[in-house]
Amino acid sequence: MDRRRAEERLMVALMIGSAVVMLGTLCWILAVVLVKGLPAMRLSMLIRTPSGGFYLGREGGILNAIVGSLLVAGGATALAALVAVPVVVYINLYARPGSWIAVWTRFSFDVLWGVPSIVYGAFGFALMLRLGVRASLLGGILTVACLVLPIMCRAMDEVIRLVPGELADAAAALGATRLQTALGVVARQAMPGLVTAVLIAFGRGIGDAASVLFTAGFSDAVPTSLFRPAATLPLAIFFQLGTPFPEVQERAYASALILTAVILAVSAAARALAGRSARHIVR
Amino acid sequence: MGNRRRVLADRIAGRFMLLLSVSSGLLICVMAWALLRRSLPILAVKPLSAVLLSDDWMPMRGAFGLFPFIMGTIWVTAAAVLIAVPLSLLAAVYLSEYAPAAVRSAAAPLVDLLAGIPSVIYGIWGILAIVPLIKNRVGPLFGVHATGYSVLAGGVVLAVMIAPVIIHVAAEVFAAVPREMREASLALGATRWQTVRHVVLRRARAGLFAAVGLGFSRAFGETMAVLMVAGNVARVPSSVFDPAYPLPALIANNYGEMLSIPLYDAALMLAALVLLLVVLVFNVVSRIVLIRIEGGLR
Amino acid sequence: MAIAPHIRVENLDVRYGAVRALKGITADIPRKMISVIIGPSGCGKSTLLRTFNRLVETAGDARVSGRVLVDGADIFAPGTDVTAVRKRMGLLSQRPYPLPMSIFDNVAYGPRVHGVRDRRTLAAVVEGRLRQAGLWEEVRDRLHAPASRLSLGQQQRLCLARGLAVEPEIILGDEPTSALDPRSSQHIERIFMELKREYTIVLVTHILRQARRLADYVLFLYLGELVEHGPAREIFENPREEMTRDYIGGAIS
Repeated sequence: MDRRRAEERLMVALMIGSAVVMLGTLCWILAVVLVKGLPAMRLSMLIRTPSGGFYLGREGGILNAIVGSLLVAGGATALAALVAVPVVVYINLYARPGSWIAVWTRFSFDVLWGVPSIVYGAFGFALMLRLGVRASLLGGILTVACLVLPIMCRAMDEVIRLVPGELADAAAALGATRLQTALGVVARQAMPGLVTAVLIAFGRGIGDAASVLFTAGFSDAVPTSLFRPAATLPLAIFFQLGTPFPEVQERAYASALILTAVILAVSAAARALAGRSARHIVR
Repeated sequence: MGNRRRVLADRIAGRFMLLLSVSSGLLICVMAWALLRRSLPILAVKPLSAVLLSDDWMPMRGAFGLFPFIMGTIWVTAAAVLIAVPLSLLAAVYLSEYAPAAVRSAAAPLVDLLAGIPSVIYGIWGILAIVPLIKNRVGPLFGVHATGYSVLAGGVVLAVMIAPVIIHVAAEVFAAVPREMREASLALGATRWQTVRHVVLRRARAGLFAAVGLGFSRAFGETMAVLMVAGNVARVPSSVFDPAYPLPALIANNYGEMLSIPLYDAALMLAALVLLLVVLVFNVVSRIVLIRIEGGLR
Repeated sequence: MAIAPHIRVENLDVRYGAVRALKGITADIPRKMISVIIGPSGCGKSTLLRTFNRLVETAGDARVSGRVLVDGADIFAPGTDVTAVRKRMGLLSQRPYPLPMSIFDNVAYGPRVHGVRDRRTLAAVVEGRLRQAGLWEEVRDRLHAPASRLSLGQQQRLCLARGLAVEPEIILGDEPTSALDPRSSQHIERIFMELKREYTIVLVTHILRQARRLADYVLFLYLGELVEHGPAREIFENPREEMTRDYIGGAIS
């Protein structure tokens, strides 16, 4: 019987070891970003665009990428939300439970969630060739919107499903139409959760590089119109890390620090909001 | 208030939302169709098998053999899965079956965070930490002196990226195993580990395969981090210390010139289509398994 | 009436977080008889039963104080091997939960877990225990089919056989017939009447008629407190406490 106990101990040790390795890796990654990023952080980093070309010029900052990323991710998230909210309302309140459209939509979003972002990038690129659009802010927004749509829809779907059916029934019993029920009662009840879903989508959108590679392009300047190429933080990291000049690499490290900070902030906010929504919602 | 207008608004909104739902549900099909159309030009001149199984990659001379890239993807993905599966399943068992509630609730956001870190950040970590480690420590241990940009580097980085996916899904699968089933085993005097091994893991087997399937497909299509650390040499690797050039990296690296060489864009779109289809198969099967498990719960 | 206690409970308290589920229980469970714990739902019956094999601890936040002595040894004493304690008791839960394996492997699970590897021994154990649980004739030609294909009643008897296979001295049943149809329930009850010649049996039930049919000894719990306990005849025919009288008479439920 001592063998049993020894086996138990060994396995638990291995399990705790694995969990510690995962946790340690997370800390390691964050430490690398901090150690490299902090010395590179200067005010000029945040408020200036790179001068003399982002790949070669040793002066300037990453304002182009910061603004570009906010515009691409913000625009894409807004666009996706415009589609996601009606879709989620439809499959939860209009479609009969278990109807093929609800089942298929949910399933297709689950599957889309697993499609690699490079495929979204290639798809966006194919679409833009067809429409005659070149790499631009608009192309980036459209592609990233496709990328975050399934994530946002699934997250919103989970939230709306938690709204008790009785609540919608009560509104319907008062003579409200489904639209009124959706906007007045269900959406209000689910609001914190919906915002969480938007934040999650934004976090995913701002961090993705492969989808914007062909579609948003890259530029030294802050984009002035939807049809100009836009720099993004992930690509600022990718391109500027590859140069031989330490000053340029510093811009990559600063971008990484900012990107990580944004992701941390967004996920913390999403979590806080999700926690709060649980407290204030009628169960 | 005009009751008819109210009802009309409801009906119009309903139609509009139905349209949006149908079209977003079709997104996956549109995507596959667009990539297929774009890759038709190359399929018109060469049979599919010739493109997929040839290792002759000379875009300037019109030779587009994807075989080295497919093998590169398989090597890197296999390395990632081999590293990630034991680590993440052990961690998931610990969190689901052993950890006190406080540890469990503290771990959830950390797992989410690990899943949310952008792939370029993983790439930086790979370049600054893993590549030098392989070049200076791990490689010499096996008598290999190389740059460190290798299948192994790609595998390690990808493993960390897919681990949270596997942990997350596995935790859900474990949660679907009835508590009473564990108790039945414990009540017979089984140790916790015996219960986990013979009852929980057995019951969860299909779901764990699904979890690994989702992790696999995530690794298969992951681009930037791999692009940054795998070395990108268009040759079939023969050891984990060799560089690899996976399909996603190929697509990402060549977008600039793909329109200037005939058929190049079609070849790359075909690569994207292959990626999409492989990932789709794994995702669809895994999701169906998971939906079955959820259904059994209700 | 002199009863040699098999299990002795002394001053037992169980708390789940802030909720006190059992309050200072002291009682004896007699050997080789059927003891039945009765009381309204939520009164702590199951919790009491689950302290006997220390399954109560698997619910993370449960805290136990007091003592549970099995044959005079405190099973909550530090350094006690929990698996050894549990091996001495078979458990039947409200719904049958066959393990995710074949009928044969379900019964062989316990012995295997405790290190029995020999095929012939295992086959003999499986047959013997299935016979004891009155299931052998029904399953003898499909021992390697998944246990989940059996009917609920058969599954519960399988769970009984599985419990008997570790050679326990005590059988614990947590409303073991509540998910079964009347005929299967009857079948199980008959088996209990057989088994009490060799085993100490402790059952939880909220069905008074079942308690009357089976019980040699009764414990009546109400809101976590042990109101009364004693030989079945005394409790049912001449209860000392008014609360017991009300419950048995159907005034409280």
